[in-house]
Amino acid sequence: MTGLDEHLPILQILVPLFGAILTAFTRSGVLAWTIAAIASAIAPFISAGLLMRITETGKPISYVMGSWAAPWGIEYRVDLLNAFVLLLISLIGLVSIPYARKSVATEIDSHKQPWFYTMYLLCLSGLLGIVITGDAFNAFVFLEISSLATYTLIGLGRHRRALLSAYQYLIMGTIGATFYIVGVGLLYLVTGTLNFVDLAARIGPAMQEYPRPILAALAFMTVGISLKLALFPLHVWLPNAYAYAPSFATAFLAGTATKAAIYLLIRIYFSVFAVAIPFRQLPVTEIVLVLSLAAMFIASFAAIFEQNAKRMLAYSSVAQIGYITLGIALANKMGLAGSLVHVFNHAIMKTALFFALGAMAYRTGVLSLPSLSGIGRKMPVTTAAFVVAGLGLIGVPGTAGFISKWYLALGAIEHGWTWLVFLIVLSSLLAVIYVGRFVEIAYFREPSADLAGVREPPPTMLLPLLALAFTTVYLGFDTRLTGGIATRIAEFLLGGFTS
Amino acid sequence: MKLDLILRVGAKLMLPFILIFAPYVHFHGDYGPGGGFQAGVIIAAAFILYAIIFGLDAARHIAPQGLVERLVPLGVLIYAAAGLPAMLTGQGRYLDYGIFGHDFLHAHEWGILIVETGVITTVASTMLAIFYAFADRGRQ
Repeated sequence: MTGLDEHLPILQILVPLFGAILTAFTRSGVLAWTIAAIASAIAPFISAGLLMRITETGKPISYVMGSWAAPWGIEYRVDLLNAFVLLLISLIGLVSIPYARKSVATEIDSHKQPWFYTMYLLCLSGLLGIVITGDAFNAFVFLEISSLATYTLIGLGRHRRALLSAYQYLIMGTIGATFYIVGVGLLYLVTGTLNFVDLAARIGPAMQEYPRPILAALAFMTVGISLKLALFPLHVWLPNAYAYAPSFATAFLAGTATKAAIYLLIRIYFSVFAVAIPFRQLPVTEIVLVLSLAAMFIASFAAIFEQNAKRMLAYSSVAQIGYITLGIALANKMGLAGSLVHVFNHAIMKTALFFALGAMAYRTGVLSLPSLSGIGRKMPVTTAAFVVAGLGLIGVPGTAGFISKWYLALGAIEHGWTWLVFLIVLSSLLAVIYVGRFVEIAYFREPSADLAGVREPPPTMLLPLLALAFTTVYLGFDTRLTGGIATRIAEFLLGGFTS
Repeated sequence: MKLDLILRVGAKLMLPFILIFAPYVHFHGDYGPGGGFQAGVIIAAAFILYAIIFGLDAARHIAPQGLVERLVPLGVLIYAAAGLPAMLTGQGRYLDYGIFGHDFLHAHEWGILIVETGVITTVASTMLAIFYAFADRGRQ
C-alpha cells in the first residue's frame, strides 16, 4: 500500500465519491448504510495521515490531477489549514454515521434510504473537495456538488415545509455560488489563472492596471461565500433548512457545510488576496466586523425568542458563525487562531446539540420547546449531554467554547479593541439565556403526559452524542489539537502577508 | 393517442434515425461540437417520444425503471473509474489517461472516449428517469 501513499490527497475525495456511486446501485438501506459507514470510517484516517505528514515535513503536499502541471491543470494542495479542516469534516462524518442508521431508518422512506446515503456521501466528498483543492474553479464545482446534495438531504425531511426550505436554500445557495464564480471569472480575466497560489502571485502586479475588477472580484467572492456560510444578514436560508431537514442531515450539515465555506473565505482572504495586496488596505475588516457583531447579537436574540428547538439552535449557529468571522475580521494571530479553533469547537458542539435533539425527536416525535418540558427526567443522559454542549456554546471555562472565546478576546486585545472583549462576553450572556431556557424547560417542569413512555435513545445514537459531549469538555483542557495547530496555521497564513 | 395512425407510423419512422444520430453526435465530439451530453439527450428523446406515442408501459417494457435507475450511477462509475488505471498501476496520477495508448494524443483520445461513454450513459438514463418520475405523478 506504500504506492498509494502519494495518492492520499485524491483518495480523500475518491473514497466517499466511489462510496456514493456504489450506494446508488443498492436498493437496501442497510447495505447503503454499510457502504457509507466504510467510506466515512476511512476518510478520517486519510485526513489524519495528511495532517501528520504536513506537521512532520512542514511543507504543503501537492497533487496534480491527470499529471497536468500545476497552474494549468487542477492541483490539490494540502497545507496545515486544509488538513485541519479536512480532519474536522471527516471526523464529523465518522461520528455521524453510527447515529445515521436508526435516525434515517425512522425518518426516511425505506426506498429512499439508499439515495439518502448517496446524497450524504456526495455531500461529504463535495465538502472535502472544497477544502482540499487548490483551484478556484474546482472549488466552485465541489461547492455545487455539496450544495446540490445538501438541497436533496434537506428536502427529504418529513415535514412538508422541508421542500420549501430546500427550495429557499437552493435559490440562495445558487445566488451565492454564482457570485463566487463571477468573482473567480473576474480574477481569471485579469490574471489568466485559477490556481490559488498562482493567483496570489499575479494579483499584485495586476492590481496596478486593473484595481477595480480585482476589488469587484473580492466583493463578489465575499458575498457569494458569505451566503454559503450564512453570515448575517445572508443567513435567512439557514434556520428553516436546519429546522426541517432530517435530524441526521441537520447534525451533519451543522458541523460541516458552513465550516467548508468558512475555510474557503479564509483561503481567499489570506492565501490569495492578502498575499497580493496589504490586507488592511482592503475594505474587509470593518464590513465583516460589523456583520459579525450583528450576527452575534441579533441572531442570539432570535434564538432566545424561538419556540422550535431546532430553529433555536439554527439561530445560535448564525450567532456562532459571527464569532468565527469576527476572528477573520481581526486578521491577527490570536484572532485568526480563535476563528479556526471555533470552527473546530463549534462543529463539535453544534453536532452534539443536534444529535441530542435528533435523539429527542426519535423518542418523542416533537421538537417544540414547550412540548419537551420535563425531558430531562425521561432522557437524563441525552439531556445532560445537551447541557454540556450548551455550556460549551456559552463559553463556560472548562469547555471548548471557552478556549475559542479566549483566543478571540486575545485577538481583540492584540488589535487594541478592549471594547470588543466586552461585546464578546455580552453576547455570550445571550447564549446563557437561550441555553438556560432549555435547561429550565427540560429539568424544572413536570413531564407532560405525552412523554410517558419516553426513554433514552438506542446506544448507536447515544454513544456518538456522548463522545461529542466528552470531546467538548476534553477540548476545553487539552488544546494541542485545536489551539496549538490553529496558532501555527494563523502564523503560517499571516506570514504570507505583504505589508 | 394509440389510435392515431399517422403519429404512430411517423414516430416509428423517426425513431431509428434518432437513435443513429445519437452515436454520430457522440463520436463527433472528438472533432467538433457534440459529445456524450448531447448524444445522451438525443437517446433519451427517442425513448421519451416512444413513451408519448405508445404509452408509458410500453416504454417501461423496453427500458425498465430499475435498469434506468442503475444506469445513472453506472455512467458516473465509468467516468470515475477511467481515472483509476494509471493511479493503481503506479504509472501516473488520478485521471491520467496516458496509460490507454502508446503516444500521448492517442491515449488521451481513448481516455476522453471512455469518459464520454460514461457521460452518455448517465445523461440518457437521468433524462429518462426524470421523465418517468414526472409521468408517474397522478397515476397511482
